[in-house]
Amino acid sequence: MAKELLKIEHITKSFDETVILRDLSLTVKEGEVLVIVGPSGCGKSTFLRCINGLETIQEGSIYLDGEKINDRSANLEKVRQKIGMVFQNYELFPHKTVLQNITMAPMLVQKKPKAEAEKEALSLLERVGLSDRKNFYPRQLSGGQKQRVAIVRALAMHPEILLFDEVTAALDPEMVREVLDVMLDLAKEGRTMIVVTHEMSFARAVADRIVFMDGGNIVEEGTPSEFFDNPQTDRAKKFLSTFSFDRIEKKDEYAGNPI
Amino acid sequence: MDLEVMKEYMPLYREAFFLTMKIGWIGILGAVIIGFAAAVVRLLKIPVLHRILGAYIELFRNTPLLVQLFFLYFGLPKLGLSISAPFCGALGLMLLGGAYMAETFRSGFEAIPVLQTETARALGMSKFQTTVHVLLPEALSVSMPGFTANMIFLLKETSVFSAISLMDLMFTAKDLIGLYFRTVECLTLLVVFYLFLLLPVSILGSIVERRVRYAEFGA
Repeated sequence: MAKELLKIEHITKSFDETVILRDLSLTVKEGEVLVIVGPSGCGKSTFLRCINGLETIQEGSIYLDGEKINDRSANLEKVRQKIGMVFQNYELFPHKTVLQNITMAPMLVQKKPKAEAEKEALSLLERVGLSDRKNFYPRQLSGGQKQRVAIVRALAMHPEILLFDEVTAALDPEMVREVLDVMLDLAKEGRTMIVVTHEMSFARAVADRIVFMDGGNIVEEGTPSEFFDNPQTDRAKKFLSTFSFDRIEKKDEYAGNPI
Repeated sequence: MDLEVMKEYMPLYREAFFLTMKIGWIGILGAVIIGFAAAVVRLLKIPVLHRILGAYIELFRNTPLLVQLFFLYFGLPKLGLSISAPFCGALGLMLLGGAYMAETFRSGFEAIPVLQTETARALGMSKFQTTVHVLLPEALSVSMPGFTANMIFLLKETSVFSAISLMDLMFTAKDLIGLYFRTVECLTLLVVFYLFLLLPVSILGSIVERRVRYAEFGA
């Protein structure tokens, strides 16, 4: 059995009076692709942000590789190098070219020589089909291209785990596909990933395990087929029903007589 | 218009031009430093200091430079602190410009979404690296047009220096007109010298602006 890479124990997160995550526990194994689904405001994004310390938690513990990372003593800059994160709105640095966006952190943080960082960046860009865009500025790219660059930027740090926060939510359908294909590819090569998404068919295709969150906690979890074909809780059933439409019956007067 | 007369006045104007330029640029340099420091303090919301600087900015943005110069030049000696006219002019310009620059820099900082800095942090960059490599360059490129406009504005404001008997361009023109009544010649020279002073700033400003902003905003 694969080792536990990320272990989250009873974490609670609140902003002032509002509790966002309550007593949430979860374990992610090495090489596992975990997909988190749930209604807006259920705490999915906040959960991801707690993992890499962009949000502080009030209670509970987070372990990466057996090391507690939500301690005051933990070196967040070290920890964050092991956790790659991709955001909904790409967040590329607008004043840097594609190549500079990717090599910036490896050079500054990991002190990699420029030549090495660039070589690696180029081979990663090649993989996502964007090597011809290396000298472009972010404003010159489409949304899908920007997001692929953002994924490459995260990969360039050689993270142990990748967090994807609704990375296709701001994209046109065709661009969604090009980004999801890259993610499928990463999943196939055995990367550990936590994916927050609203793309249900993608979730079904990529996930080893689905976690359904609502009201700041995990309501249901299971394999994709367990969750999508046979949801156990009413809340999950209701949520899943919002993604399907029943065939409508047109009234007689319109039959064969389209408006 | 008598060109001979204008030629005769040239040395006086040239001298005034260099004085205006010197005080103007010292004032602007000071304004940039004060403005930047004030913007950082206001951005970090450093207690007490942040409020004091807020009051300073409102005070100097909402009073005319002439009034500020009068206060420094005629008011301070009454409090037992007298300063020379050139120093007074530079100081006035610094304080006025600092208030404007502070607001320009602040708007630049505030235009950068928090997620940009969070992204840099998520990549493992330290606070310092994030500030130097992400926040500052992005904020400055947003502030750039306002920054150039402020410089031009401050250089033009030097024209009130004559009120504290500084022999700047305006003073020289007024003086010569009073003495010889060569109004057209004197005013023409005045316009020409102000253009000498300001056109390079405008042109250089827009070139620098285009370079700095190219990455983010295109040509």
